[in-house]
Amino acid sequence: MANRRQDATVIVGGGHAAGSLLTTLLQKKYQQEVVLVGEEPHPPYQRPPLSKNYLAGDIDEESLYLKPRSVYDDAGYQLRLGERAEHIDRDNKTITLSDQSTLKYGQLVLATGSRVRHLNAQGADLKGLHYLHDMADSDALREQFVPGKSLVIVGGGYIGLEVAAIAVKAGLKVTVLEAVERLMQRVTGPEISAFFYAKHRGAGVDVRLDTAVTGFEAGNHGYVAGVTLADGTTVPADLVLVSVGIAPETALAEAAGLPCDDGILVDEYTRTNDPDILAIGDCTRHRNLFFEQTQRMESVANAVDQARTAAATLMGEDRPYDAAPWFWSNQYDVRLQMVGLSHAHDERVVRGKPEDEAFAVFYLRQGHLIAVDAVNLPMALMVGKKLVYQHREVKAQALRDPDIELKSLI
Amino acid sequence: MGKITFIEHDDTEHVVEFKAGASLMQIAVDHMIPGIDADCGGECACGTCHVIVADEWYDKTGTPGDDEQQMLSMTPELAKTSRLGCQVQTTEAMDGMTVRLPEFQM
Repeated sequence: MANRRQDATVIVGGGHAAGSLLTTLLQKKYQQEVVLVGEEPHPPYQRPPLSKNYLAGDIDEESLYLKPRSVYDDAGYQLRLGERAEHIDRDNKTITLSDQSTLKYGQLVLATGSRVRHLNAQGADLKGLHYLHDMADSDALREQFVPGKSLVIVGGGYIGLEVAAIAVKAGLKVTVLEAVERLMQRVTGPEISAFFYAKHRGAGVDVRLDTAVTGFEAGNHGYVAGVTLADGTTVPADLVLVSVGIAPETALAEAAGLPCDDGILVDEYTRTNDPDILAIGDCTRHRNLFFEQTQRMESVANAVDQARTAAATLMGEDRPYDAAPWFWSNQYDVRLQMVGLSHAHDERVVRGKPEDEAFAVFYLRQGHLIAVDAVNLPMALMVGKKLVYQHREVKAQALRDPDIELKSLI
Repeated sequence: MGKITFIEHDDTEHVVEFKAGASLMQIAVDHMIPGIDADCGGECACGTCHVIVADEWYDKTGTPGDDEQQMLSMTPELAKTSRLGCQVQTTEAMDGMTVRLPEFQM
């Protein structure tokens, strides 16, 4: 390689972005020494199943791994797991780890991810209060899944609702408390929210909208016994899941003087303003050529796409990040697939009928398709991926008319 | 235990051992086979694990579900024996099977 350096490329973080970067570098036959520093004891693994089939106990730990451990060992990539990066010394290009050892880097990639937002309400330190971010959290929650127990979920977003679906199937009494007037409000339109509201209610989940939580009531031995609401009532609870979002993990970058603004700021090549430091995944506020403005994106697709971009940048290729974001969620037998960001739409078109449990919502802005949410209709997602990426102008009637094949719009 | 051969678009062959029960996608991913992205990790959400099963082996892979067919139908390199690797659970009967990988995933 032309610009082969003496010092290792160090990746800080052991999540999906970090793991995808490792495997992409491996596939591209990157010639540099690579060291990954990860806080968790596991090699990089998939997080989406933690609130789905892994939580349900349908798949085991090893099937979460992005790659078997041996793949990294065979490649000579060093995984330093169970260690935390404490400090970056940009002048000397070293990082200090939690065991006080230092590591010299040629290029540093920050993939520090995110942390769950905590509720600062009264009783928030009681036992039996769960958050869901990593494998250990999912294991701890599953251990409490005893039929008949009452689970109260604070937050009606993807994670809360996915857990509700698994828990009610496991025989728990499940209540979901959502602060605003509809489910998943931050990420989807009213038709999809209404559909999932009905779906969860139909499955026996007590979903309460416009419901503000004020605190947690203590029972015996320091365990939570209930969730108190703004109207003064209490919902009894044997266990509670608080799922009210995540915040980017930027402390390490900020302490090193790297510009951050609700995320480590990076350009479309995943570069920070330090030419030897890149950042990828949940922890970034980044440029993606698909958007006018910088974005922070909490998704697997972003982690993977930015990892591929970073690999290209590390290898001296000119391959900017330019992709439409996409997302998915599984709840019960429903697969929700989404592409694009819908919130700036001025027109919504529904194709199919929600009561058939197979429909899609197309979001238009000035006649151009900006997002698609598909419920059990993968075709809409696949067509949407192309049309949304191209900001294509599409006639609402064509999207709505069941006699016009979606494929024909491409 | 058995063997499956993955053939890349450029005809590079990878013969890998597999244990029945894993999905075709998982086997490919675990063996670092290039040409399978598997972005969603096997949840049939992304369509990036397209494989083309050799004709004579296709029947052994079962029938694609409706969701899978919809995802596949948009694949530019769609063939009669296309499958999403994540939806093919391997069995002992697949020992010796050959699958081709497309040039691009979706």
